[in-house]
Amino acid sequence: MNLKEVATILNAEVVCGHTKLERDVQAVFASDLMSDVLTTDSEKLLLLTGLVNIQTIRTSEMSDIKNIVLVRNKKASPEMIALADENRIVIMQCSYSMYKACGLLFQNGINPVY
Amino acid sequence: MRFEYTIEAGNFTKAGDASSSFKKILKQLNVDPQIIKRIVVSLYEGEVNIVAHANGGKVICDVDTSRVHMQLIDIGPGIPDIAKAMQAGYSTASAKVREMGFGAGMGLQNIKNNADELIIKSEVGVGTQLTIIVNLNKE
Repeated sequence: MNLKEVATILNAEVVCGHTKLERDVQAVFASDLMSDVLTTDSEKLLLLTGLVNIQTIRTSEMSDIKNIVLVRNKKASPEMIALADENRIVIMQCSYSMYKACGLLFQNGINPVY
Repeated sequence: MRFEYTIEAGNFTKAGDASSSFKKILKQLNVDPQIIKRIVVSLYEGEVNIVAHANGGKVICDVDTSRVHMQLIDIGPGIPDIAKAMQAGYSTASAKVREMGFGAGMGLQNIKNNADELIIKSEVGVGTQLTIIVNLNKE
């Protein structure tokens, strides 16, 4: 599944990385805890999180995560968007809860990390 | 080659700047991406620890053809019981640190998991020094 399809399923708004929506997603990791995110070791990962601060993007940069969906109607700050752009990270925002977003992506066939 | 970075205490806006800069250097040096990830995840965890717990510090990264040797030296409260600090889930992090998505007591363990060698020296009331070594050759 690519990011464009993810955006459709989650009714998500793309806030940066509009030209990268053909990017393939193979697995999803959902967490508000960046310490947990730093333990992931998967390729083509999508991060679902409700944590909205600059460390969300820094953690993704360190973990080679290129795709982020902010859940629970959280909004990315201009600083987050600038850092994401610099690292070619796509950020999307959706109003769904973490549970609903995870459920919809799982239902549509995206695997968990473990 | 040696690269040095100063780490500010309590400044979460800049936490990760050193790790990000060093990651760019490793990419330029054509280090294997999987090894880069292990290096920068362990460095980033250590950098966040300095921001969160110490009164500032510095990072010294030495790179040669066989390994990356990183020293994270802080001025701070020190760790009274290193064995306890290494236990998954043990944390003394403040509410502010937890708000940033850290402080779950997983950092040192994650550094250990990503490093080929981790040495922790600490003196209460003086500071902590982490030495993290990651080999550049997969064998």
